[in-house]
Amino acid sequence: MSVQYKAGAKLASTVCDGQILVLRVPAVPIELWIGGAPVAAAGADKVAIDPALAGGIMTGKRYTDAAETMEFLCTKGGAGSISVDGVVLGIKAAKALPSSD
Amino acid sequence: MNLFTLLEMAADAMGDRIAISHGDTEISFAGLLAAARRAAARVEAAGATRLAYLAVNAPAAPVALFAAALAGVPYVPINYRLTTAEIAALLARLPGALLVTDDAVTADGIAVISLAALLADGAEHDGEAPDAERGIAVELFTSGTTGEPKAAILRHDNLMAYILGTVDFMGADADDATIVTVPPYHVAGISAVLSSVYAGRRMVQLPAFDPGEWLALVARHGVSNAFLVPTMLQRITEHLGDMPPDLPSLRALAYGGGRMPLAVAQRAMDLFPHVDFTNAYGLTETSSTIALLGPNDHRAARAAADPAVRARLGSVGRALPTVEIEIRDDAGHPVGSGIAGLVFVRGDQVAGEYQGLGSLLDAAGWFPTRDRGWIDSGGYLYLDGRADDVIVRGGENISPGEIEAVLLAHPQVSDVAVVAVPDEQWGEAVGAAVVLATGATVTATELQALVHAKLRSSRVPALVRFVEALPYNETGKLLRRVVRADLSQ
Repeated sequence: MSVQYKAGAKLASTVCDGQILVLRVPAVPIELWIGGAPVAAAGADKVAIDPALAGGIMTGKRYTDAAETMEFLCTKGGAGSISVDGVVLGIKAAKALPSSD
Repeated sequence: MNLFTLLEMAADAMGDRIAISHGDTEISFAGLLAAARRAAARVEAAGATRLAYLAVNAPAAPVALFAAALAGVPYVPINYRLTTAEIAALLARLPGALLVTDDAVTADGIAVISLAALLADGAEHDGEAPDAERGIAVELFTSGTTGEPKAAILRHDNLMAYILGTVDFMGADADDATIVTVPPYHVAGISAVLSSVYAGRRMVQLPAFDPGEWLALVARHGVSNAFLVPTMLQRITEHLGDMPPDLPSLRALAYGGGRMPLAVAQRAMDLFPHVDFTNAYGLTETSSTIALLGPNDHRAARAAADPAVRARLGSVGRALPTVEIEIRDDAGHPVGSGIAGLVFVRGDQVAGEYQGLGSLLDAAGWFPTRDRGWIDSGGYLYLDGRADDVIVRGGENISPGEIEAVLLAHPQVSDVAVVAVPDEQWGEAVGAAVVLATGATVTATELQALVHAKLRSSRVPALVRFVEALPYNETGKLLRRVVRADLSQ
């Protein structure tokens, strides 16, 4: 089911421990899955992971589509991969910067 | 979006790591999370509209920052060096606040809690941090070097954009530590907390800066990273003299917050040859750093034969990948590389708004920093003072920076400030307050001749006064209005 998400929303996987924070989404509804099942509010019942979408997500990494129209922060790692409308998202490449604080 | 997420992630992934060392007190990331939850419960119980903080650096400062985020109220750190009357004036602008302080402060409509009471055992706020639309995370009073302090607003979205765009989660090694010497009311004091928590880097707090104490703490805690304002780095190099420090743990030293005299930067690089130096340029209104001159730039500039590359040690580096910087002329049109003008910045971390004044961003999101500067062909930004510091001599705009650069290049000049002084014929004329190196013999006439030889005659200071030292505030900002007042007498 497609949902219109908004930046700041916290969502949890229904197949693994994974949790994400929405940083940026297009202004259209999307089908947002982790591990092959729709995301939900934290605490929802768990279902089985799709082995084809079990690449996993890592805490602190940002995930985005090829055109960078959306961005999600993984706040808790898990076994499932994030997919949007059937396309798996990749880790956003970030340039390493020296600490300035 | 809420900053509290950063602490939750750190506590979840590395709860046992030490987050804060203060004297003999140590608090883990899990402990910091629990303390913030307890403090947030107190903020809610008090029905506070803001959480203000009036004290030196202490564990209660990071606790209060995150507790305010969880309770959904702005965190407002206040400059403890202000006078009682100045503090009272600021508190009057914070009705309904809960004030964390150990000072004997009373103010109408303000509830007070001690640092110890904020941290004490008690019930934890066990709810989720609110995701308020454009929620305010921090209000910082500007230093008011030019007038009444303004309350700059930093939203959760701005600070999150800065941290996520510049810091690697858990990027620090388990035994890394940073020494925090900037006061909690400075934007660098806020960003130090957020960056360190997200990177998983222990913060060693030094409440009152002293060069000897700083060196001792770096050695004692095996500190790997440090941030200093220029005056602090200068005092450390003076304290060391010709004795190279024995600080094998120190790997990275960042500086910013004011103009760094080239001689101090070079001296520091000589004293700490194994340390990575980074110059950071940022403003309160931009959630801290927007441009960086990194370690490789420092080494390349130091070793270069090409004068253009050597000069980069005097630049503040290049814009962060997440930020755009543009130079515009007085009419608002972008100018090409090498041409001086006003510095504009755009990016998600740029807040650019003040309580009661609204947003200063233009329709396309650009913020006027009111700094003057220019960008070289390699994208390096050079600052040239504040727009307000421009000297208008008979209709001609004169930037103090170029004159200061010429004077500072004289080997017998250790520091200089060029300001406008009143002039009957020209309206304003160029005045220079000059600090000479020990044993210097150079005269005012020689310095005037130097400027005349290097720049146009209109740049020659009509007034050169030799002074013992220039007035800087405690965070390294040159107080030009004080210099102006002194020279105008």
